[in-house]
Amino acid sequence: MSDNGKQFPNPHELETIPGTEGWERMYPYQYEFTTDDPERKKYEEETFWFYDGLHYPEPLYPFDTIWDEAWFLGLSQYSHRIFSIPPVMGVDHRMKNGYVYISPVPVKDPEEIGARVPDFTERAGYYYENWDVLEAKWVDKMKSTIAELEAVNVPVLPKLEDISFVKDGIGESSGYHLLRSYDSVIDLGIRCWQYHFEFLNLGYAAYVTFMGHCQKLWPDIPMQRVTQMISGIDVIMYRPDDELKNLARKAIDLGVAETLKSSRDYATVAAKLATNNAGKSWLEALEAARYPWFHVSTGTGWFHHDRSWNDDLDVPLNAICTYIDKLNSGASIDRPMAEIAAERDRITKEYRDLITTDEDRQAFDQLLGVAKTVFPYVENHLFYVEHWFHSIFWNKIREFAAIMHEHGFLKDAEDIWLLKKSEIKDALWDLTTAWATGVKPRGPLVWPKEIEWRKGVMKKFQEWTPPPALGPAPEVIQEPFTVVLWGVTNESLANWSDVADNDNISLFKGFAASPGSVEGPARVCRTVKEIGDLKEGEILVSPTTSPSWAPAFVKIKACVTDVGGIMSHAAIVCREYGMPAVVGTGTGTKIVKTGDMIRVNGSTGEVELI
Amino acid sequence: MSQHPPLVCRFDQCTKSDIALVGGKCASLGELINAGIRVPPGFAVTTEGYSRFIDEAGISDDIFALLKDLKQDDIEAQDRASDRIRELIEAAAFSIELEDEIAEHYRSLSNHCSRPAVPVAVRSSATAEDLPGASFAGQQDTFLWVRGVDDVLAHTRKCFSSLFTARAIAYRIRNGFDHKDVAISVGIQKMANSHAAGVMFTINPANGDNSMMLINSSFGFGEAVVSGEVTPDEFMVNKVSLDTVARTITRKEVAYVVDHENHTSKCIELPAERQKVQSILDDEVVELAKLGKTIEKHYGRAMDIEWAVDSDMPAGSNIFILQARPETVWNDRKPEPKSKPGASAMDHILSSILTGVKLGK
Repeated sequence: MSDNGKQFPNPHELETIPGTEGWERMYPYQYEFTTDDPERKKYEEETFWFYDGLHYPEPLYPFDTIWDEAWFLGLSQYSHRIFSIPPVMGVDHRMKNGYVYISPVPVKDPEEIGARVPDFTERAGYYYENWDVLEAKWVDKMKSTIAELEAVNVPVLPKLEDISFVKDGIGESSGYHLLRSYDSVIDLGIRCWQYHFEFLNLGYAAYVTFMGHCQKLWPDIPMQRVTQMISGIDVIMYRPDDELKNLARKAIDLGVAETLKSSRDYATVAAKLATNNAGKSWLEALEAARYPWFHVSTGTGWFHHDRSWNDDLDVPLNAICTYIDKLNSGASIDRPMAEIAAERDRITKEYRDLITTDEDRQAFDQLLGVAKTVFPYVENHLFYVEHWFHSIFWNKIREFAAIMHEHGFLKDAEDIWLLKKSEIKDALWDLTTAWATGVKPRGPLVWPKEIEWRKGVMKKFQEWTPPPALGPAPEVIQEPFTVVLWGVTNESLANWSDVADNDNISLFKGFAASPGSVEGPARVCRTVKEIGDLKEGEILVSPTTSPSWAPAFVKIKACVTDVGGIMSHAAIVCREYGMPAVVGTGTGTKIVKTGDMIRVNGSTGEVELI
Repeated sequence: MSQHPPLVCRFDQCTKSDIALVGGKCASLGELINAGIRVPPGFAVTTEGYSRFIDEAGISDDIFALLKDLKQDDIEAQDRASDRIRELIEAAAFSIELEDEIAEHYRSLSNHCSRPAVPVAVRSSATAEDLPGASFAGQQDTFLWVRGVDDVLAHTRKCFSSLFTARAIAYRIRNGFDHKDVAISVGIQKMANSHAAGVMFTINPANGDNSMMLINSSFGFGEAVVSGEVTPDEFMVNKVSLDTVARTITRKEVAYVVDHENHTSKCIELPAERQKVQSILDDEVVELAKLGKTIEKHYGRAMDIEWAVDSDMPAGSNIFILQARPETVWNDRKPEPKSKPGASAMDHILSSILTGVKLGK
C-alpha cells in the first residue's frame, strides 16, 4: 500500500495516560503497539490504522474484548483463508488506551492476487449462487447454538456433592462442570461469531460492487440513492418494534391502555394488570412476544451494559406507551412500507431508464439482484448474533460473576467485566481447586485490588479522545467492510485530519444518510434510557442507534449520530421513516448540546448550529 | 376543433394536426403545452381568420390581380407587387366580428396574466414550414413588446402581409405553388416578464452524468446569462429525487429589463443589496427541474433549455420555457458501456474488489 500523502500520528508516539501505566495487561498481549522488535515496529509504523468508533464509542472493558477477538478471527479468516478475496487478507487489530484500531491487510504481490482469483470465484460464486439454501442452513445453526447456550447449566458449588453423584456413577464434579460450563459459554460465543461472518464479507462485497457500478454510471449519485434502491425489504430487525406496536394496539383494544400508562415501572403495571381478565390476556400477549423478540438489546449488543428488553421491561413498556399516545392522537404508527417500496421502485426505474447501453443495464440488473439477495442477511444476522445470542450470553456470564462474588473474588458481581476472559478462567480454577481442597483461594487477595485500579484506568481512558487514525493513509482500499461499514473515503479522511475546537464549531459533516433538510431543537441521548426524554419534533443526537431505539423515531424530525455508515441502523430507519439523517459525524454528541437549535441536511451531510 | 374552423384559437387548444389552421409554430407550442411543458400563454389568429380578413376587407381580387402574370425572373415587378399588396393588407380593416374575437382573446390573455394590456410578441406562423425544402421559417416578421388591442391588430396585419414579401412571392412562382393556396396564421404570445431567467442542462455538462441537471440563473432576462455578462447562480439538482445537491450563489451585478419605449431590453445595474441574493426560490429550482425532466422525456435526449420566471404570473404557473434544443457535447458521443459485455454478477464483483476504492491524493 503506497501512501496517499495524508499522515496521521505515529502509534508508538501516542501518550500513555499518567496513572494508567501497565494498562496493556487488561487486554490480549497481541493488541499492543510495541517497539521491542524492529520488524513489528516498522510494520506498525507503516500501516494505516483507524479507530473503530463504529463499534466502540467508549473504551473497551477487558471482558468485552471477547467480541473484538471474535471478529478479528471471524472476519479475517473468511476473507483470507476461506473465500480467498484476491486483494485482501484479514483486518489487523491493535488497542491504545482502551480503544480499538484496525487496519485492512492487503495482498501486495500482484501475482499472488491473480493466483487467488480462481479460488475466490469458485468459493464466493458458490455462496452467491446458493445463498438462500445456505442462509436457511445458517438460521438453523444459529438457533441450535442459541439453544445450546440456554441449556448450559452453571452449577453452584455444594458443600458435599449430591448422593446421585455416587449412585449414578457420574464421575464428574460440580467444580469440573463449573470450569466446563465457562468454557462452553465462551466457546459458543466464539462459534456464534464464526457464523456471524459466514455471509457478511460477501454481502458487503455485493454492496460495494453495486455502489461502484452506480457511481460509474452516475458519478454524482448520492450513496443514499443507491441504498434506497435496496430499501423496503422486510427484515426481522424490525420485528421487536412491530411487536411493541401490536401490544400498543392490543392494549387499546382490551381497554387496558390507561393501566399501562399509570406507571413507568413495569412491576407496578403488571401487578395491576394481573387483577383482571383483560389485563391478564394482555400480559399473555406480552409473554408470547418476549421470546425471542425481547432479547433485542437496548444498545448494539456489543457491551455487557447493553441490557435487553427482557432484562428491563420498563424500556418496552415506555415504548408501548409512546405508541399508545400516538394511536390515541389519531396518528399512524406503521412504518410506511408500501410508500417506501413504491418510492424505491420509482427511483430504481428512473435510474435504470437513464442507462444508455444494454451492457450497463444488464450489469445494473444483475448487481441490484445480488444486493437485494444479500440485504436480508446483512440486516438479520444482527438480531440473531448481537441481540438474541448476546443478551443470553451476558446473563450467563453474570451467573459466573455471582459465584465469584460469593467466593470473594469480586466485591461486586458487575466487576467481572474488568477481567479478561482468560483471567476469569484462571480465577475459576483458583476458586474450584480451593473449593475442592477446602482451603482459601488466592483470588480474593488479587482481583478486588486489581479491579479497583482498573476502574481508575477506565475512567482515565474515557476522558481521553482517541485520534481517528494513525499512520499513513493508503491510496486504495479494497477491503469491503472498510468501505461500506466504516466509510473510509477521501472525504472522511479529510474530516478526520481537521481537529477542531468543539466549543466553537457551528458546522460539521457526516455521511448524508437520508435526504431532506429540517431545523429543530436538539436532544442529545447517550443511551436508550434517555429517549424517554425526547419531545415531539426534536432532533435526536446520539452516539449510535440500534433497533431498540425504534420508538424514538416516531417522535423525532431528524437524527444525527457519531458513528455509522450509510447502511447503519439510524440511516436505514430514517430512510424508512422518510426523515433526514446525518451519520458518522465523529463528534456530533460532543459538539451539540440538548436545546441547541440545529439544521440537519441529510442530502449534503451537513449539520449546522443556528 | 369544431366543425367550423375557428378564427382564433388558444395555444393550449392547438395540436400537431392543426398545422394547416394555426401554422407550425403555434401547433408546436400547443404540443408542448399538452406535453406538460409550460410556455408563455397566447393564441393564434388562424388561417381561417386570415382568409376571412382578406375576404371581408374586399382586397382579394386586387391582390390576385397584382400577382397575376408575374414573371419568375422579373424581380423588380415582384418587389413592386409585394409593396403594393402589403400596403393593401396593412391598411385594410378587420370585420367587427374578427376584431372582437382577437380583442376578446387578447383581453382574456391580459386577465390571465393579471396585467392590463399585457405585452406580447406577435409573430407569423406559416403553414408551409413543414413542407420539405419549403421552409419559410424566419422569413416572416416578429414584433416584440406589443401592447394594447390596436397595436396587436396592427401587428397582426403586418404578419398577414409577410405572406407577400418579395421573397415569398418569388419562392412560390419558382416552385409552382398557387398564391391562392397559401395562408398564414399569427401567434400572439405573452412576453416573458422575467424576474429571473437562465439556462438548464438536463445532464451534468462537466461529466455527462445524466442523473443530474445543472441550472444557471440570474435576475432579469436570460440575455445576461447567455451572453456571459454575469456569473449566474448555479444549482446542481438530482433528476431522480429532485434534491439540490450543490448550489453556488454568486454576485450578479447587472440585469436585463424591458425598455418599453424601444420595444426591446436594456441592461441595468442591480442595487448592491440584491446582487448576492439567490435569484430563484428553492421551490422554483424544483419546479424547473421537473419541467426539465418533462422536456427531456418529450424529446428523448439531453436538452439545453432557456427558461424564465415570470413576475406577472402566480407561483406554480410562473415558470416558462422559452427555448429547448438538444445538448450537443454528450448527445453526440457514442455511449460506451462501462461494464464488460456478457459478464456475470460474479465477474463484476471480482473486478470491483480488484479495483477497490481509490482514496487518491
